[in-house]
Amino acid sequence: MSQPSTRERGVSDTVGAQPDLAREFLARRTPLSAVRSTLHRYPAISPGVVLLLAVVVFGLINGRFWAPANLSLITQQVAVIGTLGVAQTLVILTAGIDLSVGAIMVFSSIVMSQAAIARGVPPWLGLVGGLVVGLLAGALNGVLVTRLKLPPFIVTLGTLSVFTALTLLVSNGATIQGSQLPNLLTWTGDTFRVGGVDFSYGVVLMILLYIVVAFILGRTAWGRHVYAVGDDKEAARLTGIRVNSLLISVYIAAGGILALGAWVQIGRSFAASPNAAADVNLDSITAVVIGGTSLFGGRGTIWGTLLGALIVGVFRNGLALAGLDVLYQTLAVGVLVIVAVAIDQWIRKARK
Amino acid sequence: MTRTPSDRTTVAAGTSAPVLEARNLVKTYGNVVGLDGVSLELYPGEVLAVIGDNGAGKTTLIKCLTGAEVPDEGAILLDGQRVHFRRPQDAREAGIETVYQSLAVAPSLDVASNLYLGRERRKRGFLGGVLRMLDTRGMREQAKHELQELGISTLQDVTVPVENLSGGQRQAVAVARAAAFGSKVVVLDEPTAALGVRESNQVLELIKRLRDGGVPVILISHNMPQVFDVADRIHIQRLGKRAATITPRSHSMTDAVAIMTGATTVS
Repeated sequence: MSQPSTRERGVSDTVGAQPDLAREFLARRTPLSAVRSTLHRYPAISPGVVLLLAVVVFGLINGRFWAPANLSLITQQVAVIGTLGVAQTLVILTAGIDLSVGAIMVFSSIVMSQAAIARGVPPWLGLVGGLVVGLLAGALNGVLVTRLKLPPFIVTLGTLSVFTALTLLVSNGATIQGSQLPNLLTWTGDTFRVGGVDFSYGVVLMILLYIVVAFILGRTAWGRHVYAVGDDKEAARLTGIRVNSLLISVYIAAGGILALGAWVQIGRSFAASPNAAADVNLDSITAVVIGGTSLFGGRGTIWGTLLGALIVGVFRNGLALAGLDVLYQTLAVGVLVIVAVAIDQWIRKARK
Repeated sequence: MTRTPSDRTTVAAGTSAPVLEARNLVKTYGNVVGLDGVSLELYPGEVLAVIGDNGAGKTTLIKCLTGAEVPDEGAILLDGQRVHFRRPQDAREAGIETVYQSLAVAPSLDVASNLYLGRERRKRGFLGGVLRMLDTRGMREQAKHELQELGISTLQDVTVPVENLSGGQRQAVAVARAAAFGSKVVVLDEPTAALGVRESNQVLELIKRLRDGGVPVILISHNMPQVFDVADRIHIQRLGKRAATITPRSHSMTDAVAIMTGATTVS
């Protein structure tokens, strides 16, 4: 940038400058850049469009796709990833990443069910125990990220193994079948019927969670601070936000949400298995990314993640109904991720 | 010490006490001496520029005044009361607002959210008290009002994300957030370093308007013409000490540079 010389000290041109600025700004707008700005401002648009197209196309390929029973099945298949996606979104919005979501969820589900089947322990106490484990696990991640100043990727890569080992220690590698568990823990898998369609309580729990987190992110100071920290950590600190406390609270919140995910998972699979969640880490990141949340932090919405989780669910289900092998489902998910990130990069260029 | 309040123009000489005062601040980093007994006075309704070569201690001085660093020795007085800042937030709560060179704004949040970042207003009653819901509309209206007060007419729409703004507009947001909340002192660290000529002029205009509104301003800058344009007094740092405090009337730019580099000394 040029530095003003002595001759340009006069500031009288400030008033006349404004129409120029406006004209320059307007001149740069082309139809494509207008689309890009719109997507930039409302990041949930593109996943919304993709989901709509996918539902239409798969329905046209195989009419059974649109059957209420099938749509209900998709929501149930999506419930666990959708719940984990909430936790993952919070962490990714702060420009972090959580590779331990699956490990924490499984650890919490094992503690929950081991406690609940122990003699003399009421089921609700088992549930609370699992929740506490989730919160503590999240707190450990948060403290390691902020106090040791390690990158979240490394911290959660480490705690992924730690919690997996603890899970095996507590469970002895054994799966507890749903029939052994109290009804409270498998309640999330129960369904109720509205107008001929089955909904599971796990899906209801997930949707409630989205509503609550959407409110917190959009309508509270804490939510704004999550975005501000993800945008620019140092700037956030300088504006007076306590960045470390905020980050720890984000990881603790994520841990609590993962414990709810554990509950949903027990209901969905009607069992508590130490080997339950092989793919859920990457699937949760996939849902967040397809939902338009930027891995660089500070941009994205929680509803985008729900759309992202639904897109993955719809693709897997739709491709299966179209008679394609499982490998094509995996392939499709991979392509979706790359396309989503490419679109994100293109949108971000809108302001560079 | 080289206090020269006698030729100040904006305030009657010697009649008013400093708003912000630093006495003999010392700050060392290991063996490196950042500040070696620096004093500084900021009087009501003035623009005090702080200039100095790289490594002269400008930034360290400002960091101590704004709570980003804690001085090892010396005292900071605000309105004659001794204050101890441990964090930037302490200084802000005391009424010292800082605009950093690195533009402390959150690009993805809108203008109003940025103005209120870190001091959001909540709704009244159950929604705000229990659900902790933000008073978004109230903050937007107030933000619009504050921007008009400051004469920043280029920012009509406070719902635009800051990343959609030009550099000058972003800087205006940063200055506005510092000035908008009844602050006692506004500190600007190289506010025009990243800006073009026209945008720089807008920021300088804003600084003058702040001063005319009664808010004293500390301006750190490398840019001599700008300093001599807006400053009432100029504090010159050299080798961790205050070399002199001059005014644009009593000294020329050449004098200032000579003092800065040590070619001339002022007793």
